[in-house]
Amino acid sequence: MSIKERLSGNEAVAYAIKQINPDVMPAFPITPSTEIPQLVANYIANGQIDTEFIPVESEHSAMSAAIGASAAGARALTATSSCGMALMWELLYVAASNRLPIALALVNRALTGPININCDHSDSMGAKDAGWIQIYAENNQEVYDNFLQAFRISEHKDVMLPIMVCQDGFITSHALANIELVEDERVKAFVGEYQPENFLLNEQMPMAVGPYAVSNYYMESHRAQVEAMENAKQVILDVAAEFEKISGRKYGFFESYRLDDADYAVVIIGSAAGTTKDAVDELREEGIKAGLLKLRVFRPFPADEIAEALKGKKAVAILDRSETFSTQGGPLTSEVCAALYKRGVNVRAFSYIYGLGGRDYTVEDAKEVYYTVKKATESGEQLSEPVYIGLRSREDD
Amino acid sequence: MANNKPTDISKITEKSPWQELTLGNQIYGPATSKLFNTGEWRTSTPKIDWEKCRQCLLCVPVCPDSSIPVKDSKRLDFDYDHCKGCGICVKACPFGALVMEHHI
Repeated sequence: MSIKERLSGNEAVAYAIKQINPDVMPAFPITPSTEIPQLVANYIANGQIDTEFIPVESEHSAMSAAIGASAAGARALTATSSCGMALMWELLYVAASNRLPIALALVNRALTGPININCDHSDSMGAKDAGWIQIYAENNQEVYDNFLQAFRISEHKDVMLPIMVCQDGFITSHALANIELVEDERVKAFVGEYQPENFLLNEQMPMAVGPYAVSNYYMESHRAQVEAMENAKQVILDVAAEFEKISGRKYGFFESYRLDDADYAVVIIGSAAGTTKDAVDELREEGIKAGLLKLRVFRPFPADEIAEALKGKKAVAILDRSETFSTQGGPLTSEVCAALYKRGVNVRAFSYIYGLGGRDYTVEDAKEVYYTVKKATESGEQLSEPVYIGLRSREDD
Repeated sequence: MANNKPTDISKITEKSPWQELTLGNQIYGPATSKLFNTGEWRTSTPKIDWEKCRQCLLCVPVCPDSSIPVKDSKRLDFDYDHCKGCGICVKACPFGALVMEHHI
């Protein structure tokens, strides 16, 4: 029997960490992820788990220590947000290229500046090309479930890549919600022990980690990382299928919400998907065939599956919660459009920016997206893109 | 399952396809750095004047590349396959027995 609880997203992740009982957790506090290491430290102080907690002096050190621990053969993880992740930047690439299956609980928050501590996806989207697997959650249940699956994916011998488990700062990290937890024994059996093939503490076989790769090796190394990302796709699906058996909850690369017969689709990541689902339901009542594709896995990017799911739609609106300053919209827009174009899926795609720095995104906002997209598609009207949701502008007058 | 097979790095070359690199370019097995002749990076070379050397061995522990071999409590000539020519030993020598020769 699963356990019914009420937990915030941070508490849910900390609880997952407690159930996994990893070997090493170096961490440095930063809003809104501070609670995660704080709660794990409590579990350790109470003798509930025997994880080695390292209170480091910065996030750069947190990721460095996680890399060292993982190379030594430990199951290592850390948690951070926003500028904390920005300070890890250099090491994110090191973790990935050294093929170390570290887990990072990322609580998405805007990057300064201007100074802002609220939810948006600038931090993880900025790190999208660092070689990490990225999985996103709509709510506290999903971030808990994703975290339980994280090590199974990253430690798989065909993958061996670090993994970022993301949730929306404050919106899910701090809001309490009902949640179903998996029993300790089932988690333990599901996650298993980390048994690396090679590790620095193996005195029978000394090893060198992270050697210098000159021009004659760097490109081959990156190609090997891409292959691991490609392999991760099947592993993510296999692990999800196995997780469904112990939890009853189903996961894939994305969730299709009333999408199959939809004329107009929104593609979105994170907690705003919940808001959009309400809009979809209301629009369906009004007779508009609205649908939603909520992306769970951004790295590796499931381009084939997304193109297939959006094929035949009258139009698609892609909503980004971070900027690229390319003047072409956000990162999700770029990736989805590339996926459609390269596969010859000729669907009109509109680029939207919403929720930057914690800006509200309401059911009314979501409905307006569908209305606008429908009208523009029917009339052939051009929109000034990206469309900014809730942006104050002189043009409003 | 722990790996017990050392990497044969003679098989990994600049002609190797990407599929034949090790995971994360890791190298398995002890003392493989001996096979990597960093001495070819050298632009300056330390030379020893045996007349002046008192065998105090102060140069030995300061060498970052373990390129001053010691046998029967006496230092031998430099291991030029691995000496990068940093010159720290020259600074450490109290007797002026070591000098740097500059090639450029």
